[in-house]
Amino acid sequence: MSLRSTRPGSVRRLAPVAVGLVLAVGISACGGTTRDSSAGDTSGSTGAAAATANPDAPIREGLKIAFLPKQLNNPYSDIEAGGGQTAVTELKGDYKLVGPNDASASSQVSYINTLIQQQQDVIGIAANDPNAVCPSLNQARDAGIKVVAFDSDAAKQCRDVFVNQATTQGIGETLVKMTHDLTGGQGDIAILSATPNATNQNAWIAVVQEELKKPENAGMKLVATVYGNDDDQKSFQEAQGLLQTYPNLKAIVSPTTVGIAATARYVSSSSYKGKVAVTGLGTPNQMREFVKDGTVSQFALWNPADIGYLAGYAGAALASGQITGKQGETFTAGKLGKYTIGADGEIVLGPPTVFNAQNIDQFNF
Amino acid sequence: MSSPDLSPRRLLGRLTSWDAAIIGVLILFVIIASFTVDNFASSRNFSFLVLDLAPIALMALPMTLIIVTGEIDLSVASTLGLASAVMGAMWEGGLPIETIIPVCVLLGAVLGAVNGTFVTVFGLPSLAVTIGTLALYRGLAFVVLGDRAVAEFPASYTDLVTGRIGDTGIPLLLIPLVVLGLVFAVVLHVTPFGRSLFAIGANAEAARFSGTRVTRVKFWLYVVSGAVAALAGVLWTLRYSSARADNGTGLELAVVAAVLLGGVSIFGGRGTLWGVIAGALLLTSLQNALRLADVSNEALSVVTGLLLIVSVLAPNLASNSHAALRRRRRPDPPPPASPNPDPAPSPTPAVRSS
Amino acid sequence: MTTAPPTSTGPAPSVEHDKAAESRVGLILRARELGIVLALAALVVVTAVVNPRFLSGQSIRDLVLAAAIIVVLAVGQAVVVITRNIDLSVGSVLGLSAFAVGSLLQAAPGVPVVVALLVGLAFGAVCGLVNGVLVRFGNVPALVVTLGTLYVYRGIGFFWAGGQQINADKLPPGFLAFGTAGVLGVPWLIIIALVVVLVAGLYLRTYRSGRELYAMGSNPEAARLAGIPVGRRTLAAFVVSGALAGLAGVLFAARFGTIDASAGTGMELNVVAAVVVGGVAVFGGSGTIWGAAIGALLLTTIGSALPVLGIDQFWQQAIVGALILLAIGTDRVVAARIAASLRRRESHVVS
Repeated sequence: MSLRSTRPGSVRRLAPVAVGLVLAVGISACGGTTRDSSAGDTSGSTGAAAATANPDAPIREGLKIAFLPKQLNNPYSDIEAGGGQTAVTELKGDYKLVGPNDASASSQVSYINTLIQQQQDVIGIAANDPNAVCPSLNQARDAGIKVVAFDSDAAKQCRDVFVNQATTQGIGETLVKMTHDLTGGQGDIAILSATPNATNQNAWIAVVQEELKKPENAGMKLVATVYGNDDDQKSFQEAQGLLQTYPNLKAIVSPTTVGIAATARYVSSSSYKGKVAVTGLGTPNQMREFVKDGTVSQFALWNPADIGYLAGYAGAALASGQITGKQGETFTAGKLGKYTIGADGEIVLGPPTVFNAQNIDQFNF
Repeated sequence: MSSPDLSPRRLLGRLTSWDAAIIGVLILFVIIASFTVDNFASSRNFSFLVLDLAPIALMALPMTLIIVTGEIDLSVASTLGLASAVMGAMWEGGLPIETIIPVCVLLGAVLGAVNGTFVTVFGLPSLAVTIGTLALYRGLAFVVLGDRAVAEFPASYTDLVTGRIGDTGIPLLLIPLVVLGLVFAVVLHVTPFGRSLFAIGANAEAARFSGTRVTRVKFWLYVVSGAVAALAGVLWTLRYSSARADNGTGLELAVVAAVLLGGVSIFGGRGTLWGVIAGALLLTSLQNALRLADVSNEALSVVTGLLLIVSVLAPNLASNSHAALRRRRRPDPPPPASPNPDPAPSPTPAVRSS
Repeated sequence: MTTAPPTSTGPAPSVEHDKAAESRVGLILRARELGIVLALAALVVVTAVVNPRFLSGQSIRDLVLAAAIIVVLAVGQAVVVITRNIDLSVGSVLGLSAFAVGSLLQAAPGVPVVVALLVGLAFGAVCGLVNGVLVRFGNVPALVVTLGTLYVYRGIGFFWAGGQQINADKLPPGFLAFGTAGVLGVPWLIIIALVVVLVAGLYLRTYRSGRELYAMGSNPEAARLAGIPVGRRTLAAFVVSGALAGLAGVLFAARFGTIDASAGTGMELNVVAAVVVGGVAVFGGSGTIWGAAIGALLLTTIGSALPVLGIDQFWQQAIVGALILLAIGTDRVVAARIAASLRRRESHVVS
């Protein structure tokens, strides 16, 4: 037993052991499993892709469809899941909502395991980490469960389809166009994003940067990108920091609902109100006050309820055999109409809606 | 061994011993849950349960030894996170996984040694030191990996962690868990070293005078705790195939809860490893069953908190009422050789008065 | 209650007073707080040199407003820590109280701000009372109790909120204005924080029952023997900490305007750090309210200075951790010096 080695006086005897261990480690470094040697060996997905789609198959009733958003008790997630509930009710299915309070991937994995145990027919998931949920999702698919990623994609080898809120290009262009309108195409702008590794936000920011290179946008200069981590307080403080650091700032663009609300709140209560424009992606309910008081004149978003709704219909179509997730297959999603699956099993909801003082009162989410 | 002593007093002592009680509660709970919660008793669920249990149980082993000596280590979950972040950074840097794993465990030992140095060499309270390193190690994890996630660990290793033995449904992970559990149990309950831990916890001064090198022993306990926490970090990373700086945030609370639930006294000097393992199992299977029964997440955190309080409150109240009962029965003060309520392996009888 | 003259009538059960030794001890303790003030000043100067806008009116205002909330929490924590206890549930109590007050104002927008503040205080006091009762009557260490109630209070908050978020447009404008407006340009939040610091600081310094908290912290057994109602004082300390966390919840709601059940998550760590960095010994019995307040100000300033200095925000938590270790290490050195100077005094008396 290791008892002797932990007895007093053994420190000196342990030292050579430690050195030996380090040496052994160094030697083993010459021929081990590295990132390169194991590339491509991680997927290991079996999937059930062999089946062929039957577009005329009727939607089965009584399907057990579970939604697993990034986090419960988050207004945005709740609206999404609410749309899912509407769809499942229309389809006469069995709706279930589960999820963690802490937006962590490991808690989501525990819930996926639970859903496998409960033998659901469909799991709709907004992944907190595209890879961490992957092994469990594949276990679910092996158990015959269809997996629909929505809002935030899981790695593509472990889900059947992905319901994307809008094309990356479309969102990026909308953001730049709004900023152009607000600044007159001239001056310093800054971005206040979610987390530094947020897949969606980073893709949109990349498009924004491309768009800014176009001649008609040459007057606008992106001076900083900061991260509020989708935490209200942190976003508030980052907005504060931006305005202190860049005195010539003309606009803050925040492509996240938490960030834009916090930025608008800070600007509306500070001396920058009316001088610095705030725009980005936000929900009408959160932004209504700031549109009314003139801090914000336009911002955009898709309807989150429609994402959940579309995900619900896509799940039912998968479970009924109408689609299998291959490019070119089509299905009908209730009131939203007909959708076609794109490359990599992606289903795009549609272009985002731009909100302003004229139309904001028509929306309640 | 003589035939079991079934005299009422001995039986009462057995029943009021918290760690025996917790094992009973665990068995009772598993039986009830198997009948009332759908899918709880399936082999697949068992393997999920073991996967959820592993990090908590692993870190609870050295934590038990540390708490028995009257100290605490709140930095374990941050050590897990830092090990995971470093593992991710090295994997991204193209190092072979066979190098990364021992380096991470060594790193954990070093982090534990830092704790140990502050506690023993500088004589600072372990609670404050490990709250400090809780923030420090988690912060360093973010410095190493930022908010990124490193994925795509080799399937040959991730399968080892999530795999099962043949078709049995027994997860492979259970083997190292059982082996380590046995090692720690033997060290704590059979060896003179283990007895010295109880002596330190009961009265560090007396232990020092009787020849135990208290600071040395404590130092090495922290080193072991750090190394085991880092190992838990490696397993965590492989299980989720995702290295992140925020892996395992807040897990220290579950670990401490499991240890205290298992009947280890927060004041040191008393407890058994069997109780702790039962405590960890009870905590994990309770959460598992509640989730399967569609009980909301909020209820989970309330239950965890209540369990933690009850696990410390109940033995206190029990021993108080027990003592009151004894006092009422016998007006004269009990003789010093009053029966020790602890089960046999506890090596320091009579030191702890109720 | 009659006012006891400062210091001299304090029970101080273990040590009798001697002018020379006391002044030396006082000097060392003051040096400890001076150290934090100097660190704070150095940080502000360096940051201002790098970016002068750090000292602009708006920037200072934002900084102090952010600090106000954590200062209030730190004062409550300091009271508990001085009695050799700890309250880890403050972040959860803050969240619960913020949500309670938010719901109240949403339902009854006419409620005056003062009532909102009192409701928050009362709400927090009840939470603190539960902690105190468990610690006192359950004979359970404060660490374990408040770790448990950290979970429980947070869970109750989630239950209650159930995914609901209270947005700024649902709160009465008068309440939101309270978060930024003030008297003569000094925001209300700062006035409240200052009042809390002054009252608690003077109470602990001057009043007999305040001094008794120190006696309990430095030696609970001796304090009991000296006739101090230890149980009642412990209970009171937890009620104060809870009430201040509840008050901080109201300030939080007014300042940020958006409240959900997760408000204040993880804040307990920063509060304990502020108190420890401010020179309150974790094993009780020493430290001041002023120190804790300055510690809170220092931590907030670090948080705001890092982005201005262009240091990666990921360093912030690591710096907080390192500061805690530095602070408790320093306290150990200070304690050793005090012990040495007291010993020297004793040897003088003997010879």
